Amino acid sequence: MAIAFKSQIPTFFQLKKNTEAHSFLRFPSQRLAVPVGRRFTPMAALSTAPTVGLSETFKRLKNQGKVALIPYITAGDPDLSTTAEALKVLDSCGSDIIELGVPYSDPLADGPVIQAAATRSLARGTNFNAIISMLKEVVPQLSSPIALFSYYNPILKRGVEKFMFTIKDVGVQGLVVPDVPLEETEILRKEATKNGIELVLLTTPTTPIDRMKAIVEAAEGFVYLVSSVGVTGARASVSDRVQTLLQEIKEATTKPVAVGFGISNPEHVKQVAGWGADGVIVGSAMVKVLAEAKSPEEGLKELETFTKSLKAALD
Amino acid sequence: MACNMRTDLLAGHLIGKRRTGDASVVRAVLVDRKTIVKNILGSSNLIIRTLTKPQVETVERDVSKGRFGRFGGKYVPESLMTCLGELEAEFNSALRDTEFQAELATALRDYVGRETPLYFAQRLTNYYKNSKGEGPDIYLKREDLSHGGAHKINNAIAQAMIAKRMGRKSVVAATGAGQHGVATAAACAKLALECTVFMGTKDMEKQSSNLRLMKLLGAQVKSVGGNFKDATSEALRDWMGNLESSYFLTGTVVGPHPLPSMVREFQSVIGKETRRQAMERWGHKPDVLLACVGSGSNALGLFHEFVKDKDVRLIGVEGAGFGLESGGHSATLARGDVGVYHGAMSYLLQDEEGQIVRPHSIGVGLEYPGVSPELSFLKDTGRAEFYTATDEEALDAFQLLCRLEGIIPALEASHALAFLNKLCPTLPGGTKVVVNCSGRGDKDVETLFNHKFHSM
Repeated sequence: MAIAFKSQIPTFFQLKKNTEAHSFLRFPSQRLAVPVGRRFTPMAALSTAPTVGLSETFKRLKNQGKVALIPYITAGDPDLSTTAEALKVLDSCGSDIIELGVPYSDPLADGPVIQAAATRSLARGTNFNAIISMLKEVVPQLSSPIALFSYYNPILKRGVEKFMFTIKDVGVQGLVVPDVPLEETEILRKEATKNGIELVLLTTPTTPIDRMKAIVEAAEGFVYLVSSVGVTGARASVSDRVQTLLQEIKEATTKPVAVGFGISNPEHVKQVAGWGADGVIVGSAMVKVLAEAKSPEEGLKELETFTKSLKAALD
Repeated sequence: MACNMRTDLLAGHLIGKRRTGDASVVRAVLVDRKTIVKNILGSSNLIIRTLTKPQVETVERDVSKGRFGRFGGKYVPESLMTCLGELEAEFNSALRDTEFQAELATALRDYVGRETPLYFAQRLTNYYKNSKGEGPDIYLKREDLSHGGAHKINNAIAQAMIAKRMGRKSVVAATGAGQHGVATAAACAKLALECTVFMGTKDMEKQSSNLRLMKLLGAQVKSVGGNFKDATSEALRDWMGNLESSYFLTGTVVGPHPLPSMVREFQSVIGKETRRQAMERWGHKPDVLLACVGSGSNALGLFHEFVKDKDVRLIGVEGAGFGLESGGHSATLARGDVGVYHGAMSYLLQDEEGQIVRPHSIGVGLEYPGVSPELSFLKDTGRAEFYTATDEEALDAFQLLCRLEGIIPALEASHALAFLNKLCPTLPGGTKVVVNCSGRGDKDVETLFNHKFHSM
């Protein structure tokens, strides 16, 4: 099993961010036996990635009175090496958690922007093994934990157990599977727990309160509140139902709640944070920046600017 | 009537498959009088199946949860869950509502044109007689005579009535060959509902006459790059964005529960009529039921009534396209493996990554990478048998029926007819075979004349 060493001295920026939880960063070149704050797995998934899990990240941010910025990008669009660079850019520009989408041929929950990204990525030949190889290299260089976003069939095809083990092995911390409702999550949760992966669950404006309570009870990492009924994609404004929904969820659980779908600019981010969200997820808008750029390099530059503007809205 | 065993077909070795994971599915490799032996595929492998009682009971018990063994279920984004629950409640209430049932019966009689005839195909029967003048009696269940030209209307009218009952103003649907689109557009016109149909660009080219019919009937047709599977995904996304006002009118027995059960329920009128007609005509049940399988709506419509009648053989025929080894086919049950697609667990045509494969068949209505979870279950339990027919074989069967009976079948149904070539020599004289002629082939005339293999 490959063990990744952190090959470079963490930047001052990263050190500054990770003061409390990451005391081990004082000795960056040492091999870590039991990463602080992570569940120990008997599989001995050793990773020197100096990141903690999703829940821990939220805990730290809460202590600092901060709201998490959670960008989403699709792996392999425009290509995997750009994705690798994009992850680093997002990480260094203020992201607290990064969602990485595994491209799928029939993404039911996604709108045209992310659909197109998946199609382009698959046309380039992006596959799961290539994404894993990329992550193996990149994750040790990141300080934000990675949550994978994948539809169910590719997970089933690979085998739930094998899938969880593989992603944990490269340092992925969390997983979101949008087309599995609570009733069918049992096997996912079992294997996720075994491998120390936090399985995030989604609740929506159409979810009745009792069902929402069951969902938040079972969710790990954070609760993903879908802001509007429908697929992913930027919308003109965020529905103010979100405010009520956030209140209802917070009455039912102390777990962190992140809001996603439709959030696309600093105003939205500020608004949602003001309503009490613990985290804000920005997906299609990010993917669009990379997709519409004239070149990958320009895309990365624009991604940097965009991410910083979103972060500024949270300060 | 029990089918005799053809000892000359016993060759090679026996293969008994046992699937683990679900206690309800056990296949015993036993041979008794009720067992059917087949060596249709021409290989030296023999598959012997028999059904034991418990499996049928399991089906009944779990159907209310949308599970057929391990197949079925609801694998959809959370946004859809409540809506599906409402739909199920409404469906169950409609089934018990005598007024709704009466209204539906009237619509099926006066609007759809039921009951459809059970037609004795004399010349086709003679064609398949052997040198001794013996062979099965071939009957066609004439779903091609229904309004719209296919069996799709049975379900479309019933569901449009449910949409109206739920107070929905608009209906969204996806169509492959266009028959479901036409049926839905017609039903919506009759019931004053707005209608939006999603259709794949590739399908629009191949079935352009249906495209025009839909527009004539007042539907808004939206094109989606690709074919039926892409149109379905887009229709589902559209529905997710309009859950309060819109009704997703599914055309076939796939999707999250309760969709497959609803469609099967409304299509089962085909089998119910067939039972009655068979009893009148020859005094007992049919011996063999034969239907083409795309996603499974017409097959289940015919089969469902007879699932518990173990002496009735159920045979489904999928599209082998350019051939099963070519990679260009739609034979999900023959070549797929189990996965989750469009909300249900079933057999699925997918690659090693779990990405969904775009299938091919000359019968556009057969081109779907998934298949009914209920048919997947019937396959696993051995209750139903599934074979395939290539594009060429379907084209030949199409032309044969035209010339022998003066009936133009849809290319989809032609796949079922094509299988008669292999089936008839194995059946004793007088066996009653009912083929579901699920649609008429006017829409396919262009395809036939353009195809290099036609003999016109």
